[in-house]
Amino acid sequence: MGRMTRSGRALLASAFMMACAATAQAQTPGNRILKVGVQSDLKVLDPIVTTSRVTGMFASSVYETLFAYDEDGVPQPQMVGDTKISDDKLTYEFKLRPDQRWHSGGPVTAADAVASLKRWMSFDPVGRMLNDFTKSLEAVDQDTFRLVLKEPYGLVLQSLAKPSPGSPFIMPERLAKTPISQPITEVDGSGPYIFKQDEWRPGNRVVFVKSPAYVPRKEPPSGLAGAHVVNFDRMEWLYIPDNNTGLSALQVGEIDYLDEVPFDFLPIIKSNKDTRLVSLYNGTLGFIRPNFTQPPFDKPLARQALYYLVDQPEFMNAAVGDADFYMKFCGSYFICGSENGTEAGSENFRGKDIAKAKKMLADSGYKGEPVVVLLATDRPLYAAWTQVMIQNLRDAGVNVDVKPSEWGALMSRWARKDPPEKGGWNLNIGAQPPGGTDPIKNPFFNPACDKAVLGWPCDEKLLKMIDAWSRETDDERRKAMIADINRQAYQSVPYVILGQYQQPVAVRANLTGVLKTGGTTAFWNMVKK
Amino acid sequence: MWAYLVRRILATIPVLLVVAVVVFLLVNLAPGDPAALLVGDDARTEDIERVRQRLGLDQPLPVRFVHWVGDLAQGNLGNSVLNSRPVLDLILQRLEPTASLAILSIIIAIVIAIPLGILAAWNAGKAIDRGVMVFAVLSFSFPVFLVGYLLMYVFSLYWRILPVQGYTPLAQGLGPWLANLILPSVALGLVFSALLARMTRSTMIEVLNEDYIRTARAKGLATRPILFRHALKNAAVPIVTTIGVAFAALIGGVVVTESVFAIPGVGRLTIEAVLQRDYPVVQGVVLFAAFACVMVNLVIDLSYTFFDPRIRY
Repeated sequence: MGRMTRSGRALLASAFMMACAATAQAQTPGNRILKVGVQSDLKVLDPIVTTSRVTGMFASSVYETLFAYDEDGVPQPQMVGDTKISDDKLTYEFKLRPDQRWHSGGPVTAADAVASLKRWMSFDPVGRMLNDFTKSLEAVDQDTFRLVLKEPYGLVLQSLAKPSPGSPFIMPERLAKTPISQPITEVDGSGPYIFKQDEWRPGNRVVFVKSPAYVPRKEPPSGLAGAHVVNFDRMEWLYIPDNNTGLSALQVGEIDYLDEVPFDFLPIIKSNKDTRLVSLYNGTLGFIRPNFTQPPFDKPLARQALYYLVDQPEFMNAAVGDADFYMKFCGSYFICGSENGTEAGSENFRGKDIAKAKKMLADSGYKGEPVVVLLATDRPLYAAWTQVMIQNLRDAGVNVDVKPSEWGALMSRWARKDPPEKGGWNLNIGAQPPGGTDPIKNPFFNPACDKAVLGWPCDEKLLKMIDAWSRETDDERRKAMIADINRQAYQSVPYVILGQYQQPVAVRANLTGVLKTGGTTAFWNMVKK
Repeated sequence: MWAYLVRRILATIPVLLVVAVVVFLLVNLAPGDPAALLVGDDARTEDIERVRQRLGLDQPLPVRFVHWVGDLAQGNLGNSVLNSRPVLDLILQRLEPTASLAILSIIIAIVIAIPLGILAAWNAGKAIDRGVMVFAVLSFSFPVFLVGYLLMYVFSLYWRILPVQGYTPLAQGLGPWLANLILPSVALGLVFSALLARMTRSTMIEVLNEDYIRTARAKGLATRPILFRHALKNAAVPIVTTIGVAFAALIGGVVVTESVFAIPGVGRLTIEAVLQRDYPVVQGVVLFAAFACVMVNLVIDLSYTFFDPRIRY
């Protein structure tokens, strides 16, 4: 065999590169395949037991809920066809709409809905609240079930429409009877997409196909409500942990949709004619969480002082940067622009006043003890806010003891109630979920002391106000009550609002029909041209 | 030979036991709580406690260790705390991408490094030698992620002839498999080619100064037989050792490269498990890496008999 010449070798190399290029081209998705880049791997398949965003997105694609919020924040029937509410507002009768089938075959029944709701009501905070008011929940016949309350509760439909995370997704009874202590690992939904468990590669890709048996509602799509019309035969989620790689994949068209774009990348995406940014919701709140169980922030005055260390644009600019994606000021605990977006009570807490904060801290009894601030080094958004807060605290004479760690170690410390010097903490930065538009849906707002989430805010008066609000069935009166609740929150300060911002997603320019859902992504209604 | 093989395989048991104890203690004594991470940041204390009980994390450390070792003795690495899937399945699922990346990287490293090392040794002290060493220093000094991004920019974003990310199993075709692996393999291969080129050069220089090489030259033997038949074979033992060590390191997972190119390999499984405090997965992966390392070393030791017939076991 003769030796290959130099030009022959070059030709072979070129041919190989072209073959690879052809392969890469062959992989380019057609307009019937949606490719989504996700930066968190799907690990938990049971959407009831986790608050993971990616699990919520997954569940919203394969499962349905009885009710769903429309774009105006009003709960609309989704799996339910007819609803009858008794005059005394104690009995709710729900009839499921026809033609709903499980992906494994068989009709969706009232027994499935009842079992699913009972499981959700034993775990989710909103579900537990509904459970407290529930006298009975049972199937009446094949497609009708009845909820009987002990006393009127103004948030029945709102609870059933709770957006992800923690939505009351309906599953087959055989799965829904799984104890809440045991996560469900089998997936059988009735939603517009079927999860291809055999093609699921943890750490790599999640595959869905369009459900041929799914019958969408007749109403036009709005938020998470209305018709869920899928325009793709197949959807693939590719787990791309590296942000730069995710952006590159979007730029060359390897993916059509990139979830949770880092703020650093916004200018690049904006300037590229092939990509654009989409906001899925009005906004969410960044916050600083004081630990109510430890001095000095066990005193309301000390917590209120923190508000005078906050200039919202200063915080938002440090982390978000692009002013199109944050508000100059938001004084509502329930998202400005939402149905409950009142700013009542915030009037005296706007703008930074270091001297005032210093005086208030001194008046509250603070004498320079170390204040432990948790710093999540691997969460750029939180890390930027924490750095600003640390400087402002120091300016106010606070003896700050910064505890930097990655998120896993931080979570462990955050969960501890011990004194700061024994492994506990005083302040931590976080963000509430986008759907937290009322005192029940916003888990960080709940001031139920030991039964509250980490930070353990404690305010009996506020708790009673929330209770009264939740029992109120008149919308107008409830609106007035929410303003009082916001006002009281500024007195007890479950957390200090750092600002309202949006975390956009990025899509290819040829992908249209992305719905504004209020939080999670709806992979229906989208069209790829 | 067979007795030696059995002895070596039995010797892996105490090694793996020591690794098991160390990794168990390291993982479990490090700060972090999988229950808190699993429930999320809007959890209540009682929710976290309930998950801790379900995962058995409320039990004392020695009890957990005994349970784990007991399962291990039966070949059970346990289940992931996050998705309840068997750890062994998770590792096996990630093995093909990692093994593919490792093999291709090593091939690239060998193809680049051995000729360069020989060339440098043959021209020791001359400009070619210096040029090769500059290449080696540069290849070793550039961070892999930087080389990865540069390759991605040129071949995927600018020329658009190779995919940016992902992995296609070999069963779906050689073309797609190669297309996904070329860039990460070149990025990794360059680092190892630097090591290998230096090792090849130094051992070859040593061998080329031996009397039998001088004799071969004096006999008028051509350069090629001298280099490849006499010198390289005798210099092979340290070179093969370097290749084996590099392969063992690669098979244990290359976190950065796998992350940059979104390759679902063992390295990414490890780092995700560490960040999520998925203790059984971390323990399983480290044990697997230790086992792989021992086995690769065994294969290297056995290969010495081929290159140097004087070695007998």
